[in-house]
Amino acid sequence: MCSRTLIGEETPSQDAKMLSPEERQEIEAELARYPAKQAVTIDALLIVQKHRGWVSDETLKDLAAFLGMTVEDLDGVATFYNLIFRKPVGRHVVTVCDSVSCWIMGYEKIRRRLTKDLGIELGQTTSDGRFTLLPIVCLGTCDHAPAMMVGRDLYRDLTPEKLQGILEKYR
Amino acid sequence: MATIVVDNQPYQVHPDQSLLAACLGLGLDLPYFCWHPALGSVGACRQCAVKQFRDEKDTRGRLVMACMTPVAEGIRISIDHPEAVEFRAGIIEGLMQSHPHDCPVCDEGGECHLQDMTVMTGHAYRRYEFAKRTFRNQDLGPFVAHEMNRCIQCYRCVRYYREYAGEYDLNAFSLRNQVYFGRSEDGVLESEFAGNLVEICPTGVFTDKTLKRHYTRKWDLQMAPSVCVHCGLGCNITVGERYGTIRRIVNRYNGDVNGYFLCDRGRFGYEFVNRPERIRRPLLARDGALVPLTAEEALKRLGMLLASASGMIGIGSPRASLEANFALRKLVGAGHFFAGVGEREHRLVGLGLEILRKGPARTPSLAEIEKCDAALVLGEDLTNVAPRMALALRQGTRQQPMELARQKGIADWQDDHVREVAQDERGPLVIATPNQTRLDSIATTFRGSPDDLALFGFAVARAIERSSQAPLEDSARHEQALINETARALASAKRPLVVAGISLASESMLQAAAKVAWALAKSNPQSAISLATPEANTLGLAMMEAPALESAAQTIREGSADTVIVLENNLYRRADSRLADDVLKRAKHVVVLDFLPSETTAVAELVLPAGTFGESDGTFVNNEGRAQRFLQAFVPEEPVLESWRWLARAMAASDRGEGAAWKNLDDVLGAMVSALPVFGPVRDAAPDSGYRMAGAKIPREPHRYSGRTAMLANINVNEPKPPDDPDSPLAFSMEGAPKEPPGALIPFFWSPGWNSIQATNKFQSEIAGPLKGGNPGARLIEPPSLTVPRQPADTGETTLLLRGPEPPAGVCLAVPLYHIFGSEELSSWAPAVRELVPKPYVALNPEDAQALGLAEGQIVRVAVATSSPPGQSKDGKEFSLALKLASGLASGLVGLPAGLPDFREPTMPAWVTISKAS
Ligand code: SF4
Ligand code: SF4
Ligand code: FES
Ligand code: FES
Repeated sequence: MCSRTLIGEETPSQDAKMLSPEERQEIEAELARYPAKQAVTIDALLIVQKHRGWVSDETLKDLAAFLGMTVEDLDGVATFYNLIFRKPVGRHVVTVCDSVSCWIMGYEKIRRRLTKDLGIELGQTTSDGRFTLLPIVCLGTCDHAPAMMVGRDLYRDLTPEKLQGILEKYR
Repeated sequence: MATIVVDNQPYQVHPDQSLLAACLGLGLDLPYFCWHPALGSVGACRQCAVKQFRDEKDTRGRLVMACMTPVAEGIRISIDHPEAVEFRAGIIEGLMQSHPHDCPVCDEGGECHLQDMTVMTGHAYRRYEFAKRTFRNQDLGPFVAHEMNRCIQCYRCVRYYREYAGEYDLNAFSLRNQVYFGRSEDGVLESEFAGNLVEICPTGVFTDKTLKRHYTRKWDLQMAPSVCVHCGLGCNITVGERYGTIRRIVNRYNGDVNGYFLCDRGRFGYEFVNRPERIRRPLLARDGALVPLTAEEALKRLGMLLASASGMIGIGSPRASLEANFALRKLVGAGHFFAGVGEREHRLVGLGLEILRKGPARTPSLAEIEKCDAALVLGEDLTNVAPRMALALRQGTRQQPMELARQKGIADWQDDHVREVAQDERGPLVIATPNQTRLDSIATTFRGSPDDLALFGFAVARAIERSSQAPLEDSARHEQALINETARALASAKRPLVVAGISLASESMLQAAAKVAWALAKSNPQSAISLATPEANTLGLAMMEAPALESAAQTIREGSADTVIVLENNLYRRADSRLADDVLKRAKHVVVLDFLPSETTAVAELVLPAGTFGESDGTFVNNEGRAQRFLQAFVPEEPVLESWRWLARAMAASDRGEGAAWKNLDDVLGAMVSALPVFGPVRDAAPDSGYRMAGAKIPREPHRYSGRTAMLANINVNEPKPPDDPDSPLAFSMEGAPKEPPGALIPFFWSPGWNSIQATNKFQSEIAGPLKGGNPGARLIEPPSLTVPRQPADTGETTLLLRGPEPPAGVCLAVPLYHIFGSEELSSWAPAVRELVPKPYVALNPEDAQALGLAEGQIVRVAVATSSPPGQSKDGKEFSLALKLASGLASGLVGLPAGLPDFREPTMPAWVTISKAS
């Protein structure tokens, strides 16, 4: 039956059972800084992602309940940001810039080499769960194009040859 | 007025609008997507670009978005400038990059705003040759189908759904060319107004799922202007028919009533008309079974019954037209005509009518309700009782925040800016009901029993009176604080509104509402009172001033009549079964005119197959006292006939006076107006049958109506002559007057190049304003304005305070809980609606349930106590029902669903006892 025909539905539960005490604590610390709960949406998503690597549907529901917003509202935000992962990712996320400067300076070659070496296409994760490869817009370092990031580390002036060595560093 | 120059032509237009609205209002063609007359401008799609020039000498100009540019005196623009034309073609090409071009299999095809705009911009060939993005579609419930690939990202759906309708389970997800409009997971759209997405979405993403099951293109529909039959608000609808079944309902714009939107009950309830159970032939009870008769046999039989009757009474119906009720009244004689509702409803509606007539607070139209900047709702769960009014009230709560924006010089149509200023601010809305309502999230609420609510109302009225002498003190007592707050909010509003109704069967509540309105009207002539009426013609029937069912039963009991004619009414829904039995089983002969079987047709001797709203002409009077004509969409297969025509034929067959000579609707109306002068203006509700445009009738079919010569070829290869329509200026044909008919006669909105419902623009005198020649409908109630101070009759409160003895321990008050899908008789027959009808249940507040040791889902015995207050005692009914915990229900109350198809609840409020079922 449709929820709208129910009478006296409970308001969404405030106790999001799945959030860990650490996550809760960190989110609450953020909450203290804003007048409205919804203002911490992005921070809360990042906190959860930090602990879990990605944001699952279940986590999303719990978080929405915790923040007192609809799942649709939260997911609208989560899916808008390409660095909030709504699918599992590998241990290291490789983001290759495909914007115009990098594209002019050899993005295609970088991408080809990466996909060949890792054996995956953009948007995929290696079977050992080590790398996820994603495209990204301008990293703000056009003067050293082409560029990419692995996790939080930035690599610039890339050539296909440099890639092997860079990836080696990440286990 | 301001002068604007468009492509070197000067025009006079209203200054408070965008250039886009002004251009469209002038009848110029300018494409748009993200703008909608009811939603305002956000400038998101860039489709409405025009060139703007500084002055006559400026030849370069610059591109501006017409929807974001206010009309200003002397502004010069060009729609046709090549740069603007090219820009617009480029925009639509971009928007359509991933569009699947699946028009032939798309339900929107033929009435698609995207198609129209594509043709308008001249973007005829696709250049994009790469992979298109594709999406997975969702199951959004029985009403709305979803096909996301067709989306052009105009954002109209989410703006309507979230910002206008206030529901948040639909959103935009993801970004760039992946933007997805849907729910977070499959499931029924929660809004009761989700069906409007079908018209809001300019493409085939959201379409009518009920239409899909018997799909017909718009151009193949035979259409007529009609009025919704599923509550008392009288929203205007367009009915579309093909092959003798109604295919769908769409909104019919009426600037005074429903504007651009319907509720889902009104849009999707129509399928009762197509049910296989429909009564399609006259039926005669013989040896315990109903056997079919021909129309002639039936009329002969009826003639015999009429001739031999020793006393005959007629029982009318609030769901039948004025004309049908009047025809019955004529047949049986005014003194033998009864209202077809129980005494209680009769009294309540009578009181409501008196309140509306007396004034000085006037009853507003739905459009006026949208402009009310503070409101108090007493006792009504509007979303479930008079749904469209809930949507109107929701807009009302935006009035005060909008005022803030106005003060900053922001026009109402600058939607983004207004929302930026308003943020989450809402104007005051106070809702006093026994259970939570769907408007609670934007309201201040007060919960209690019907008497508590009435007392609350009286207290508010007193506080308003007091506040006119001295400012109200703040009170520490929660209740008093709320009363003062409500009084202050209403008294300081520009256009305060009080809403009440008859849902809780409380006369005191109506009195309380009236007192609040009166108190407000003393100092503010803009004060308004609106009463929700349950059925399409509740008010019209009340205005006929016939006595209630109890009196009918009395007549039968006394033996002064032995024959009863029941018009479109199931008496077992109206009253206790004993009372219905008293009328129907004691009478020797029972004749029923109706279109679906019921307990009442089951006990009839003769049943006549009546036409539904789609198959009849007539007039309903809505809750604001507006008489509105609905016209037949199609001629049903014989012998189904509109009720008034059956009755007129019966009079003709038995040679009964004036009625025997009635040839068409105008005759019935004429007779009605002379017999009941109160209905005088009803004739103005629509032009009469003699009206012609350029000497021709108005076609119900679009000029592209296809298959006319072939559609009945399986029966006869000779194309039959289309049926005549003696009752209206409309024709069952594709030929006729080419131009825009008057508002009451618009069979469908269409204009060259404008095949979608957006063609409505072309029929309005200005965008979102009245239809050309005025919005249809004739108001029958206009209270005298406040010239002489009037003292309202004061009764309610005193009787309230002298309430009867407290009920014995363990007895609680049961109140009716209404369901938009389920509580209304006809729509519950529609399969799509039926899917959402709840199972019978009993509701308790969780604390009360815990105190009784009862848990959710448990089967509970509910017994109507014999100690019910006088006048309300019922035959000792007992029910075993699953318990539903309702945290929003006032504690101490028991909630039972009202009017569900397979459940006859006791007459409520009633005292009941609750116990665990053994
Ligand atoms: S689904 Fe329809 S209304 Fe919504 S953004 Fe897409 S095209 Fe516009
Ligand atoms: S609000 Fe009432 S009249 Fe309007 S569409 Fe809904 S049921 Fe019909
Ligand atoms: S385009 Fe790649 S860093 Fe700017
Ligand atoms: S309609 Fe003007 S920008 Fe969309």
